Amino acid sequence: MNTLILRETTRVLFTLILVFSVATLLRGHDAPGGGFVGGLIASIACSLYVFVADAKDVRRLVRTDPLKTAAAGLALAIVSGLVGILSGGRPFLSGQWVEIGGVKLGTPLLFDFGVYLVVVGAVLTFVLEIKEPASVPPADSDK
Amino acid sequence: MAALGIPTARVPVLLRASVALPAALFAWFCSLVPRVSSGQTLHWEIGWIPEQGIALSFFIDGLSLLFALVITGIGTLIVHYASEYMRGRPQLPSFTAFLLAFMLSMLGVVLADNLIALFIFWELTGLTSFLLIGYKHEEAAARRAALQALLVTGVGALAMLAGFVLLGETAGTYSLRELLAGDVSLADASNYTWILGLVLAGAFTKSAQFPVHFWLPNAMVAPTPVSAYLHSATMVKAGVFLLARMSPVLGGTEAWSVTLVGFGAVTAVYSALASVTRTDLKQVLAYTTVMALGTSVMFLGLPGEAGTAHSTAAIAAVAFILVHALYKAALFMAVGTIEHSTGTRDIARHGGLRHVLGPTFVGTALAAVSMAGLPPFIGFVGKELLYSSAYESAFGGFALFAIAAASVLIVTAAMLVAVVPFFGTMKQSARDAHPVTWQLWIGPLLLGLLGLVAGVATAPVFHGLVLPAAAAIAPVPEHFEPGLWHGFNALLLLSLATWAVGAFVFWQRPVILSVPGSILDRLPVTGDRVYDAAMDGIARFSTALTRRMQSGIQRRYILAVFATLALSVGATLVAKDAIHLPSQIPSVTFGEWALVAVIAASVLTVILTRSRLLAICALGVVGTAISLVFLLRGAPDVAMTQLIVETLVVVIVAIVLLKLPDFRNEIRQPLSARWRDGAIAVAVGTVTTLVLLAVTARPPQLELTEYFESMAVPGGHGHNIVNVILVDFRALDTLGEISVLVLAAAAVCALIRRRSRYRFDRFLRLQAGQSARPGRARASREGA
Repeated sequence: MNTLILRETTRVLFTLILVFSVATLLRGHDAPGGGFVGGLIASIACSLYVFVADAKDVRRLVRTDPLKTAAAGLALAIVSGLVGILSGGRPFLSGQWVEIGGVKLGTPLLFDFGVYLVVVGAVLTFVLEIKEPASVPPADSDK
Repeated sequence: MAALGIPTARVPVLLRASVALPAALFAWFCSLVPRVSSGQTLHWEIGWIPEQGIALSFFIDGLSLLFALVITGIGTLIVHYASEYMRGRPQLPSFTAFLLAFMLSMLGVVLADNLIALFIFWELTGLTSFLLIGYKHEEAAARRAALQALLVTGVGALAMLAGFVLLGETAGTYSLRELLAGDVSLADASNYTWILGLVLAGAFTKSAQFPVHFWLPNAMVAPTPVSAYLHSATMVKAGVFLLARMSPVLGGTEAWSVTLVGFGAVTAVYSALASVTRTDLKQVLAYTTVMALGTSVMFLGLPGEAGTAHSTAAIAAVAFILVHALYKAALFMAVGTIEHSTGTRDIARHGGLRHVLGPTFVGTALAAVSMAGLPPFIGFVGKELLYSSAYESAFGGFALFAIAAASVLIVTAAMLVAVVPFFGTMKQSARDAHPVTWQLWIGPLLLGLLGLVAGVATAPVFHGLVLPAAAAIAPVPEHFEPGLWHGFNALLLLSLATWAVGAFVFWQRPVILSVPGSILDRLPVTGDRVYDAAMDGIARFSTALTRRMQSGIQRRYILAVFATLALSVGATLVAKDAIHLPSQIPSVTFGEWALVAVIAASVLTVILTRSRLLAICALGVVGTAISLVFLLRGAPDVAMTQLIVETLVVVIVAIVLLKLPDFRNEIRQPLSARWRDGAIAVAVGTVTTLVLLAVTARPPQLELTEYFESMAVPGGHGHNIVNVILVDFRALDTLGEISVLVLAAAAVCALIRRRSRYRFDRFLRLQAGQSARPGRARASREGA
């Protein structure tokens, strides 16, 4: 699997796909896309990297434990839901919007980013754990 | 005993400061005494779900006030005592929290108005006592005792809940206040026997009645402050409290009297006998507590003649509960002090401790004299009341015999605790003993003195506390005057005989008690052993069940899931007559026909190929074709997601495949099994198709769609309706889904990281249906 062609293509594709995934996330509110799809696209980029490199290299590349990324995403989604409660006494997860320089920003975007992180974190956890568990206990002797 | 008594250890500040809570509550409850004793019932309500009429309501009458005073008053002394006793032990903050939580739950039990709320508090006392009994969780005995107490009282509590529901539905209210005020008697209700049986199951397990008393002596592994608090004065009294509370509603029938007197009497006599044959001071006290619980239950059930004697039995029961709480908490604390100072609770190893633990000795002696029922202590008043109301009751002879027999042995037990350790020659334990600080003897001393004061000032104690409490159980005589002196009569003679015989048994105890002691030790069937057998049985049953259900072979699980799906959904479709075949074939474009052809060809490839990689890729083609169908039908978001999910599935499965050994030939199944699998697959496909046809046959409900379409831009500031629904309108659903995703990722980590290499091999062999041949599997794995 680990051929020269795949390795060199991945080098380019990895960044491209990541950028594309973020673009998909951001455009999602008005056009096809969103956090879920964006997260899946980003996971594909990472999975591609898993093919050409060691799981260890990928772990180093993403810096954090992907499970923690997923958990952070969940926390972000929850926090985005609290904004409405704290600022306006609205129910949990009510969208709050501000417009800065013609760009509308809202808590749903924050929520969507949370979804993105959860998806990337979870899929990367699956892939990396299957490829090579983070810490394998020493093999039992055959009894 | 290194764990005991480290005077140099840091003072547990939190524990010491938290004395303020029970003390403040005690003071507050004291301030309520005048109002309540004048016959008022106070009540509070905290709105909870006002729309549903659900409120958390509490009420205080004489009975609940007496218990509340015992809980907070003794609680104050216990927390103070524990702050010295537990010094230097681990995990004191959580211990403090559990102790206070227990106290508050116990208060909830005695103050709650709603039956269900009472049940919740009841369970909370069980839960906190589990944590407290299991404080020394490194010890297997402590863990077992904690679990046993939780399970035994928990099973009873569940029965009690069922009883409460029956009771509430029958009476039409769950409010205790309404039940008591309405003078509702359920004695004539058709399901009275059920209600009574279920409620009694809860009360008897909590209050350790024979034969389910065994958890209480075992719970003595708890630190002594816990035993002194939970297992003398409070938690075990919850059952007695419940019986007293329910007495006007459920009592007065023959079933009530016979059951309560029967269980109570047997419990009292049996445990009194058991107590004097123990050699561990705490065990002696534990069994006398069981005796006291039995006595309380018995007198709550004692029927009277023409409505007069019943009320004196209620007074006797309440007085005895108060007397017992005072002396038993004192004795438990004293025994704890002895253990703290000498490191042992074995009676035989003690002697002459009065020279070392002077104030503790005084407190113990005062409490023990009250326990033995000597004048002028409150214990004497209590015992005289027990005798007279037993004598007057309809069960006169039997009740009097039971209570006299138990009282004789209690005199012996009191002497065992107060005389043996403190008098006689100084034994090694006394020479090794270190003097204790005032925190460890002030509690027993105060409670002992209180027993004396209450005995002298009988009238205020009875009019302020006992009579109002008894009045909540049964009507009390108008002119009831308790006193220390009732003249020379048969009952006084009986009291004198009780002390004489009790002292004689104590004096000749090696001779007299050896026979019952050895009999008790050799009982073939005890509750404890039945409990063990039941736990064993449950474990064996679940092991057998797991072996049957869990083959560990993925293929069988999938088979079971799909077969169930096809059968249950198929049966529902037939039963509900929901099979609608379309009357006309909808128009299908050439492109869509082409996609169908691709899908069919790919499925055939999956089935026929022997290359796993090809099968996976063909499955990917199926998914991709389906996502193209979505695209053609105008759902770009779904199509996009589907496409990427398919891609990821292929990637992940490919990674898994790289790790799998080459066992393709080994998993090749016989032809019959393949036909069976095929049949199930076709069935699932057919059923799914039929469901889809049934769903689409109905006219689509467009209200939501129209709402979302019209509100997406003004309400959600977005033009992509799917996304607006996902992240705004129905964001809570999405939150649930991503939570599941995070959990799944965590589960994968847990499963894979914990798995050792050896188990992975075994797992693969199971999948391949091989017998255990480690060498071969390893070789093939390396080959792959």
